[in-house]
Amino acid sequence: MTLSNSNSPLARREALDDRLEQLRRMIEIRFVEERIQKLFAEGHVRGSTHLASGQEGVSVGIARSIDPDDIVTCTYRGHGHALALGLTPAGVIGEICGRVIGCAGGVGGSMHLVEPAIGLLPTAAIIGAGLPIACGAALAARARGTDRVAVAIFGDGSANIGAFHESLNFAAIQKLPVVFVCENNLYGEYTRIQLSTPVEDIAIRAASYNMPGVIVDGQDADKVAEAMATAVARARRGEGPSLVEMKTYRYSGHSRSDPATYRPAGELDAWLKRDPIDIFAERLTAETLLAAGGLDSLKTEVREAVETATAEVLDSPAPELGEIMAHVGAYSAGGDQRHLFWSN
Amino acid sequence: MTEDPTVIMMGEDIAAAGGPFKVTEGLLAVHGPQRVIDTPISEMAFMGAAVGAAVCGLKPIVEMMFIEFIGVALDQLTTQAATMRYLSRGKLTTPLVVRASAGAGQGFGCQHSQMLDHWFRGTPGLKVCVTSNARTTYGLLRSAIEDPDPVVVLEPRILYAEREEYEFDSSYRISLGRAEIVKAGKDATLLACGAMVRVAKEAAENSSADIEVIDMLTLWPWDRDTIMESVSRTGRLVTLEEATAGNGWGAEVVSSVAVEAFGSLKAPPHRITLPDAPVPYSGKLEARFLPSAAYVAEQVSALVSTNKTPMPWWRNAA
Repeated sequence: MTLSNSNSPLARREALDDRLEQLRRMIEIRFVEERIQKLFAEGHVRGSTHLASGQEGVSVGIARSIDPDDIVTCTYRGHGHALALGLTPAGVIGEICGRVIGCAGGVGGSMHLVEPAIGLLPTAAIIGAGLPIACGAALAARARGTDRVAVAIFGDGSANIGAFHESLNFAAIQKLPVVFVCENNLYGEYTRIQLSTPVEDIAIRAASYNMPGVIVDGQDADKVAEAMATAVARARRGEGPSLVEMKTYRYSGHSRSDPATYRPAGELDAWLKRDPIDIFAERLTAETLLAAGGLDSLKTEVREAVETATAEVLDSPAPELGEIMAHVGAYSAGGDQRHLFWSN
Repeated sequence: MTEDPTVIMMGEDIAAAGGPFKVTEGLLAVHGPQRVIDTPISEMAFMGAAVGAAVCGLKPIVEMMFIEFIGVALDQLTTQAATMRYLSRGKLTTPLVVRASAGAGQGFGCQHSQMLDHWFRGTPGLKVCVTSNARTTYGLLRSAIEDPDPVVVLEPRILYAEREEYEFDSSYRISLGRAEIVKAGKDATLLACGAMVRVAKEAAENSSADIEVIDMLTLWPWDRDTIMESVSRTGRLVTLEEATAGNGWGAEVVSSVAVEAFGSLKAPPHRITLPDAPVPYSGKLEARFLPSAAYVAEQVSALVSTNKTPMPWWRNAA
């Protein structure tokens, strides 16, 4: 339990092998997002935020199924994935508050979380942008003779973007070690999936690209991990890409300005009954890993840790003006200090 | 590619077919299909894959065939690759080269005849080069491949049909961001790039004025020092651009010179550009649309002799 309070993203990632830590991380994601919402109301957050409360099972299920040197591309709704992969609460909250303690030093903001040490490329604010990039990461893995895989996490809205179809096609033709993970939370921004997508299951689109397409209960972190393990193993064996569709739900609207009034009555309540944290806590109880009252004490502990991280963030300064020009190109103030993934 | 196994190429019809302009002919036989990759007609997929591969330790060269095709993949270059270094605070870079044919003069019509350098110059994080012959293409490409940042190398497609002797020296480089003085002169500095360099040279040879011709080579970041030095010597600046007046690189150069070297100017800076219109198809129209050596000589001579900027041809044409 102490590991996840570490400041090292890599140590936090490794700690995910532990069942209780998996539960703890899901709770952490939930509470960090709640705190971000509050920080927004308190005026510490600029622009927008895209919360993913309700999708914690997907984040933790993916993170525990891949290695830290596998590459992940992800969307702007990536707080949960970043935390699951190992970013610290201070690194995430700090970035969203624009402070130097943030994972990108405060110049990225909520939509651009990054941590090369755990394979997280800068999360993209453009729908579908991560899919072709993951294909390239997979191409590089193979060219460099490694068995690393790339994971592209995207939403159901991305499945209608050209990049989705082009990337699945390209990955299939090249037999690339990439796993396409669609988080189908039923809404592309403000629009319900039936209004934008003529199929109910994104996974069936895999058939057009001659790859496995599987549908997963995204509220169950174990089922997520199981499906991911199969797809990742296939990719590592050199058998090519898979499309894994996580059926999940975001409890809030698209972004902070969206009250999600477009949702049919009762839909949210039905999903809240299948909350990923509750499902996982019940399982751990059945496995006798979680004692009576264990969930509550875990929640108390995590809430305190998130408050500590928040205080740390609010104590952290804004970036210096020199950061504006510091990393534009090799000719800029920061010079060339690149870290090439997998360069060894 | 022979020296560095991390260099790969991707593009449409570049491998088996050798490219529509035969720019990549023979590479497949030498380097194999893992390194010289024929892609589907999916610019977004392979441009994005090149971004991902670059971040993960390869040095991809993307061949865009006609630069206009990059429109459907622009996000990957201008929004993803160009911000990778910035968003990771220097920890990640994308050593990516995008090469494409560009420019007018061959009757390809308006959707296959543009330079479009302004799309890339307008994006912090990208470097932009335009080659002007076999030597500069080799020198710039070598530097671009070795550069840690995304570099767009535009190759004037009108020059693909030209032939010249060039003995390759594998250590030869042209540093990105450096311009070259092609012909020295003392009455005016004439800046050009790409296919316009030979127009500028011919104009200078046929002019009564003594014109210094400079090949820009890199449009961003551009060689401020060489150009300021030249203008401070000649006292006059003319930019010759295969770009529309409203979007050309000369606007940035002229404004910088006007601000930083105002005192040394004997005449207002002058820009010779294309009119703000798509490239016409008809041979007669296209020939008039592009600045000819005679027109450039006339414009520069008028500036030197009167110290006033002459009107572009299309102002009088109507």
